[in-house]
Amino acid sequence: MDIFLQQLANGLTIGSMFALVALGYTMVYGVMRLINFAHGDMVAASAFVGLTIYTHVTGQATSLAAVVAIFLLSAVVMAVLGVVLERVAYRPLREAPRLSAVVSALGASLVIQNGIMLIWGPRMRIFPELVPQVYWDFGGVVISLIQVIILVLSLVLMIALYLFVEKTRIGAAIRASSIDQDAARLMGINVNSIIALIFIIGSSLGAVGGLFIGLYYRGITFNMGWQYGLYAFVAAIIGGIGNIPGAMLGGMLLGLFNAFIAGYVSSTWADAFTFILLIVILIIRPTGILGERVAEKV
Amino acid sequence: MSNDVLFEIKDLEVSYGAIAAIKGISLKVHKGEIVAILGANGAGKTTTMRTISQLLKAKAGSIRFKEHELTNLPAHKIVKLGISHSPEGRRVFGILTVEENLTLGAFSQSKLDRKTLAWVYDLFPRLQERRKQLAGTLSGGEQQMLAIGRALMSNPEMVLLDEPSLGIAPILVKAIFKQIKEIAKSGVTVLLVEQNAKAALKLADRGYVLDVGKIALSGTSAELLASEKVQEAYLGKKN
Ligand SMILES: Nc1ncnc2c1ncn2[C@@H]1O[C@H](COP(=O)(O)OP(=O)(O)O)[C@@H](O)[C@H]1O
Ligand SMILES: [Mg+2]
Repeated sequence: MDIFLQQLANGLTIGSMFALVALGYTMVYGVMRLINFAHGDMVAASAFVGLTIYTHVTGQATSLAAVVAIFLLSAVVMAVLGVVLERVAYRPLREAPRLSAVVSALGASLVIQNGIMLIWGPRMRIFPELVPQVYWDFGGVVISLIQVIILVLSLVLMIALYLFVEKTRIGAAIRASSIDQDAARLMGINVNSIIALIFIIGSSLGAVGGLFIGLYYRGITFNMGWQYGLYAFVAAIIGGIGNIPGAMLGGMLLGLFNAFIAGYVSSTWADAFTFILLIVILIIRPTGILGERVAEKV
Repeated sequence: MSNDVLFEIKDLEVSYGAIAAIKGISLKVHKGEIVAILGANGAGKTTTMRTISQLLKAKAGSIRFKEHELTNLPAHKIVKLGISHSPEGRRVFGILTVEENLTLGAFSQSKLDRKTLAWVYDLFPRLQERRKQLAGTLSGGEQQMLAIGRALMSNPEMVLLDEPSLGIAPILVKAIFKQIKEIAKSGVTVLLVEQNAKAALKLADRGYVLDVGKIALSGTSAELLASEKVQEAYLGKKN
């Protein structure tokens, strides 16, 4: 039972990081039908940007205000980079065959990864200890303050995003653009602005995810975006790519699945089992768990 | 007559790559008119409508609405000027509810006009009955009502209707055409595209017959209905 509860807590923590990152994949896919392979590397970049802000801007302070500033500044930097990424790598290819955009996404991924390596070096860097090491021991089940922060903040962000998309006018414009871009234009929706907005939201959520990865695992490397990006991408597919609650659910499920495999089988097998899970889900439900769309009558 | 021209297309040419779909057409719509564009499948009717809305870009020619030249505007700016478009195939947002679709129709307005919504529900009571239902679950005819209603939500001066009768049960076609008449009576100018020439000409004041990207014929509805060419080509000889 201890292992179960411990892995439940761990699973929810990594699950919320997967979910935050998965949202970026799923939102871009929803509107553009494009897998933004560079997203994982943007997430990695955010951990390094956060490291630099900590060192050079907030003067290595770990006060609450400094930590909040690191999160906000990193999110802003990544949002701007996200918009630049869309402008440079994707917008010129909007009318081009789908494969061109995929190749461009892979190219952008390499550029960002190598950019991180050139700026911050190829060796592992240690992310600062922004949150004090506080642990609570519930009869053998240990939960850290970092875990609580990651889980709570992720849930708050996800609920805020959900409400924004479901309840606001701009949210309705996002949903309309993801269903039918031309019909959205006929409503007066500026689809280019919506796409920029999607990159802003996805990249800043990814930025928070990247900082969480730094906080939780501490060691950050220039190429870690590949691994976390892949997990998040799998999470988005499991939930039903393009579906926002699906990405949240997929992230959490994948986190839990990973933690339980690590707890009951072995952590070295977690990757293999993740892909077995992906394959099984794609066989049973090719559209993902929440990916079912109402068929339109003709 | 010429000083109440609301909308005018001059020498419009539109191509898909190297293939010319519209080869220099000109037409006028006066304020308050119902004007029909007729023509067989592939004549270029939808291309014309999409070019008016700037979803397609003209290769040459001009499209004027009031004092505005449309050809250089982005598509999302057109509805704000007062032209809305109910597209071919309806293109309702299937996974959104009827009411969400109608609300999106008013996106260009600073706020949702309750009076317009009430008017749309008045025109198409079925939409009100089904307002919480997903648009994709409506019948074809109901989706067409929704597409027209959604286009009305921006309080347009002119509405473009692309084949509102396409693939719809005849009884619903009748109901929809009756409401198009109502819409025109309320002061909205209507540019209507139809393959169903007889029904369209009964409704319209004037019409243009499009034939592979050119205007083959134009005139009042009565003239067109009486014309042998139209009778042969679109109405079936003895009709
Ligand atoms: N997306 C497209 N790409 C290439 N050709 C097209 C496209 N859409 C329409 N066409 C061609 O343009 C011509 C006019 O089509 P369209 O405007 O849809 O006609 P209509 O609405 O009168 O049936 C047709 O020959 C059609 O094949
Ligand atoms: Mg057509």
